[in-house]
Amino acid sequence: MITTIPDEVPSSTPEGGEVYSTGSAWRVLLRTFAKNRLAVFGIIVIVSVIIFSFIGPLLYHTNQFDPNLTSVNLAPGAGHPIGTDSSGFDILGRMMVGGRSSIEVGLGVGVISTVFGLIYGAVSGFFGKATDVIMMRFVDIGLAIPVVFLFIFMSQVYKPSLTLLIVLLAAVSWQVPARLVRGETLTLRTREFVQAVRTMGGRSGRIILRHIIPNTIGTIVVTVTFQVANAILTLAVLQYLGFGLPPTTPTWGSMLSNGTTYLQDGYWWEVYPALAIIVLTVVAFNFIGDALQDSFDVRLQER
Amino acid sequence: MIGFIVRRLGQAVVVTLGVVTITFLLLHALPGSLARDIIGNRATPQAVAAFNHEYGLDRPLWYQYWLFLDKLLHGNLGYSFVANRSVDSLVASELPRDLILGGLSLVFSLAIAVPVGIAQAVKRNGLIDYTGTGVSFLLYSMPQYAVALILIQLLAITFHVFPAEAPQSAGTLAMLEHPAGLVLPVASLTLVTFAAFSRYMRSSAIDALAQDYMRTARAKGLPEHQVLRKHLLRNSLIAVITLVGLSIPYIITGTLIIEQVFNFPGLGLEYFTATLRDDYPVMLGVTVLVGMITVVGNLIADVGYALLDPRIRY
Repeated sequence: MITTIPDEVPSSTPEGGEVYSTGSAWRVLLRTFAKNRLAVFGIIVIVSVIIFSFIGPLLYHTNQFDPNLTSVNLAPGAGHPIGTDSSGFDILGRMMVGGRSSIEVGLGVGVISTVFGLIYGAVSGFFGKATDVIMMRFVDIGLAIPVVFLFIFMSQVYKPSLTLLIVLLAAVSWQVPARLVRGETLTLRTREFVQAVRTMGGRSGRIILRHIIPNTIGTIVVTVTFQVANAILTLAVLQYLGFGLPPTTPTWGSMLSNGTTYLQDGYWWEVYPALAIIVLTVVAFNFIGDALQDSFDVRLQER
Repeated sequence: MIGFIVRRLGQAVVVTLGVVTITFLLLHALPGSLARDIIGNRATPQAVAAFNHEYGLDRPLWYQYWLFLDKLLHGNLGYSFVANRSVDSLVASELPRDLILGGLSLVFSLAIAVPVGIAQAVKRNGLIDYTGTGVSFLLYSMPQYAVALILIQLLAITFHVFPAEAPQSAGTLAMLEHPAGLVLPVASLTLVTFAAFSRYMRSSAIDALAQDYMRTARAKGLPEHQVLRKHLLRNSLIAVITLVGLSIPYIITGTLIIEQVFNFPGLGLEYFTATLRDDYPVMLGVTVLVGMITVVGNLIADVGYALLDPRIRY
C-alpha cells in the first residue's frame, strides 16, 4: 500500500526511481471509493431508485388519486405486476410515486441539516470560550429532546406539508453534524495556515469560510449520506405510525402501515415490496457513507 | 475529578431546563383553547373564564411557566383532563412495564453485541466479521417496526410459535406470568438495539486490541483466552457504559414503536393513545420525562466513563 515501485524496474528508469503520478487528491479519493464494491452497489441502487421514482411514473401510468373499489387487494398478476392495495391502488405505481417524497425528504433534510450544522459547528468551535459553551448547550438541548415524541406532537398540531416536514426534520437533525464539525474546528483553528491568515489580517468570516469549512469536507460528505439515510428511516417510521404527511399521500411508510393490517390475511405484496425498497435505499446510503469514510481516511487510501 | 462532575452536573441542569422550556413553549404555541377542548364548544364564556382561572390559564405566560417549573420540581408532570388522572399516576403504573421491555432487551442485546463485537474484532475481515457487519447493517437500515413485522410474520402467522400480541394483564407482575407473549416484543427490541450496539462494540474492541497492554499481556506469556477475557473484555466493558448511557433515547423510541406494533401496554402506548385523543398534558409530561431521562443517561455515560477509566482525568 505504501510502496509504489513495481517489481520490474525498466532500464530507462533514472537513478532514484521514476516518479509515478498518483493524480490529484480527488482522484485518489475516487479510486479508493470505486474499489469498494459495496459503495458502487450503493450508487447503482440509489440511481435506480431515483429513476424508478421520478421517471418510472412517466412510463408506467397508474391512478394514485382515486380509489378503485372494484379491484382491491388483488394478488400480483396481469395488469398489476405486484398487486393492488386495500384502496385498489396499483402497488408498483404507488411505490414509484411514494419514492419521490422519501427521496425529497431524505436529500432535503440531509443537505439542510448538514449545511446548518456545519456553519453552526464551525462558528462555535472557531470562537471557542463562552460562545462555544453557550452554542453547544443548544446542541445538547436539541439532542435531548426526543425526536419521534416531539414529531408526533408537532404533526398532530400542524398537519405538515412536505416542505414543513423537511424543515422540522432538519431542525432536529443538525445537531450531530454541528458537534462533529465543531470538534474538527477546534483542532483546525490552531493550525499554522489559520494562524498565517490571521497574521495577514484575514477576518474571522473569511477564515471560517475559506479555510476551516473546506478542511472539514470529509466529515461533511460522510455526514450528509448518513443524514439522508436517517431522514428516510425517520420518515418511514412516522408515516408507519400514522403521523407526518396526510395518509392519502402515497409514501413507502404509509403503504407499509396500510399493508400491515392485512398481514394476517396473507396479502404479502402489500407489505414486503415497500419494506424492501425502504431497506434497500437506506442500506445503499449507509454503504456509500461507510465507503466515503474509508476514502477520506488517509491511512486506507491507495496511492 | 470532583470539579468535572460538578461542571457536568451544571451542564445537565441547564440542558434539562432548556428541554423543559422548549416543550413548554410548544404546548403554548398550540392553536385553540384547552378550556374549549375540555368543557366543550357549547360552554358559556363564563364557564370558560372560570376554567381558565381555576387552572391559571388567564395568568401571564411567565407566571404559567413558573407554575409549571414549580410543579415539575415537586415531581408533578401535569394532569390529564381526558383520562382524568395525573400524569404521575400514569407513569407510575406504566413505566415498570417499559422497564421490563426495555431492560430485558438491553440485557439481551448487550449479551449478544459484546461477545459478537469482540469476536469480530479478533477475527477481523473473517467470516464472522463479515456476517456480523452484514447483519447489523441490515438491521440498522430497517425502520424499527420492520424487525417486529418480520418476526410476527415468521413466528406468529406462518408458524404459530408465539402470539403476535403482548400480554394484556393489568399488573406488571401478572404480565410476567405470560412469558410467551413477551418473547416477540422483547426479541424485536433486542434486535433493534443490537443493531445500534454492534458496530460500536466492534470498533471499540478493535481499538482495545491495538493497545500496548494487549501486547504486554501476550508478551508475558498469558494464554490467548486469558488475554481476551481479562484484558480485552474488561476494557471493552468500559465502552458499554458510554454506549448504554447514550443510546437511551434510541431505546425509548424503539420501545414506543414496538409497543405500538405489539399492542404492549406501556408508556409508549399511552403516549399514542394520548396523541389520538389530543391529550396534550400527557404528551407534554412524557416528552419532558423522556428528555430528562436522556440527560441523565448522557450524564451517567460521561461521569461513569471518567470514573471507570483511570486514564481519563479532567
